[in-house]
Amino acid sequence: MEPFTRLTATALPIARANVDTDQIVPARYLQKPRSDDFGAYLFRDLRFRADGGENPDFPLNDPAYRAARIVVAERNFGCGSSREHAVWALYDHGFRAAIAPSFGDIFASNALKNGFLPVRLGEPIVAELLEQLAASKGAAVTVDLAAQTVYAPDGSAHRFEIDGFAKRCLLEGLDEIGYTLTLLDKVALFEARQSRDQT
Amino acid sequence: MSNPSGIAPRVRRTMFDKVWERHAVLTRDDGQTLLYVDRHLLQDGSAPAFEMLRQRGLTPRVPQRAFATPDHYVPTDSRELERVAEPEKRRMAQALADDSAAAGIAMFGLADPRQGIVHVVGPEQGLTLPGMLIVCGDSHTSTHGAVGALAFGIGATEVAHVLATQVLWQRKPRTLRILVEGSLAPGIYAKDLILAIIAKIGAAGAAGHVVEYAGSTVRSLSMEGRLTVCNMSIEAGARAGMVAPDDTTYAYLAGRPYAPRGAAWDAAVARWRSLPSDEDAAFDREVQLDAGDIAPMVTWGNSPEEALPIDACVPDPASVADAERRAAMERTLDYMGLAPGTPLSQVAVDRVFIGSCTNARIEDLRVAAGVARGRRVARGVEAWVVPGSGLVKAQAEAEGLHHVFREAGFQWRHAGCSMCLGTNGDQVPPGQRCASTSNRNFVGRQGPGSRTHLLSPAMAAAAAVTGRLTDVRPLL
Repeated sequence: MEPFTRLTATALPIARANVDTDQIVPARYLQKPRSDDFGAYLFRDLRFRADGGENPDFPLNDPAYRAARIVVAERNFGCGSSREHAVWALYDHGFRAAIAPSFGDIFASNALKNGFLPVRLGEPIVAELLEQLAASKGAAVTVDLAAQTVYAPDGSAHRFEIDGFAKRCLLEGLDEIGYTLTLLDKVALFEARQSRDQT
Repeated sequence: MSNPSGIAPRVRRTMFDKVWERHAVLTRDDGQTLLYVDRHLLQDGSAPAFEMLRQRGLTPRVPQRAFATPDHYVPTDSRELERVAEPEKRRMAQALADDSAAAGIAMFGLADPRQGIVHVVGPEQGLTLPGMLIVCGDSHTSTHGAVGALAFGIGATEVAHVLATQVLWQRKPRTLRILVEGSLAPGIYAKDLILAIIAKIGAAGAAGHVVEYAGSTVRSLSMEGRLTVCNMSIEAGARAGMVAPDDTTYAYLAGRPYAPRGAAWDAAVARWRSLPSDEDAAFDREVQLDAGDIAPMVTWGNSPEEALPIDACVPDPASVADAERRAAMERTLDYMGLAPGTPLSQVAVDRVFIGSCTNARIEDLRVAAGVARGRRVARGVEAWVVPGSGLVKAQAEAEGLHHVFREAGFQWRHAGCSMCLGTNGDQVPPGQRCASTSNRNFVGRQGPGSRTHLLSPAMAAAAAVTGRLTDVRPLL
């Protein structure tokens, strides 16, 4: 997993609540192999109209956001289906972080396992961020994981909370499966105790 | 670990606490707990997880704790996998068969009458038992909490993690008790109850929480009804939903193929009786509802929280003060093709889908058939019934329900996820409106441009025979 430390990049404002993972990547792409570029499927039905033409109203189609690497959205971003493809689509398109007041639990968990940082900030702060991004299209936001701080376009700093273990895994690009495999002796002890209890 | 005296202090614990503690292999100082997984359910979306294992040179560590059945990519008009048009999609179902066989994981394949939607098959087979910790790479794994298990959906990397280790890292969620008291009136079902709950607390209302559904209304629900309620916990953002096991649970599970038998069954029931939350156990939050206030519900928008009683009207964005929320509602009504102020009971439908892990169990089909009996599907409406499993289908046929549906003009199909999300090609065409017993009314969920209204099986059957969203109660 690619480590995440500090990122300064254009932020894409999606001023919508409950952006579900079906919108992030429609179900008809879920059988595609991970080797595909899932960035091509990102927000597919929001970016394109039924006739195949680009939807100019969706911000990702605005040239100002083509290089965006941070998403800013309203509450409950990534709710719904557990499809990890939603994270893959954001990641393959170049995104490495999302900022929202809350996230779908499974999406947030999937994100952390793919080098993608979900940042929870208070609803008023996110609203303010969205306003700043609307006012100055293509503005950059900085996400500093070590300092657990987001720097808004106006320079204001906002601290965020993150689980200590998740932070370490992201900073170091740690592989959780590899780590857990070193603890299998404890798992085996648990299994032995459990089978004793059941008989 | 424990106190030196060896006498446990009197701590009042919730059911969730008890199941969590029983499965904690270790808890680190930073609050992360390594949880043991009793049952790992797999479906035909699992191919990426097996691929991750192969890339690491790993194999499933405890294959006997895993169980597989294909549901997302299987055809529902026949049992021939070739009926799924796209080779890539067929390969997903085939990959599950190949990966399961290679790992020694039990699987009910397409030719097996026990195949079905994994969240229907688990409880039906007794693979889902009280007190278990169950995971599956599908968000509707919350369904299994209806028997008093802790069950939640995980992503592909976590599926690979569980396959490789049989454990999973989690931070302990908070608890939310949803207390519902009173009787559901005739024509009001578990689906109406959970839609009313989500409308009340919101699509993120239970985020970060495990919900325990309690109260006299929940106690009097059948197992099927409890499975419907727990199934949609994820639509309120919950990590999981649970109902305390009781005699309804034991009567449902007794004699199921994978449930314990004889003395082992008696011992298990004795253990399970200690699972319910202790009296006065503290929950982080509590929400209360009165069952008497609940009417037949239907969604009008693109989030399950956008649900209203059937006698309500499509909401008016003009009445919303906040500009951003007003714009969001306008976008939703535009997508849904609905005019503000239209009575929901005047909204005509093109399709009806009775199926999915939410509402495709035998009780759901009995209720829907009760409404369909002696009536005809309205002209121009295409109505499908997709049983949740091969065994549900067989039971329904033994009761003659398939004749009722067919005579009324419904299509009677084979088990699978089908039109809930259309991964197998069963989709609602663009612009068409579908009354659906499934769980998500998201933009494009049932196919690009599809318009979904979530409702109960009785309400879906009523929509089929009248050609519009309608209050089922006069038809009962």
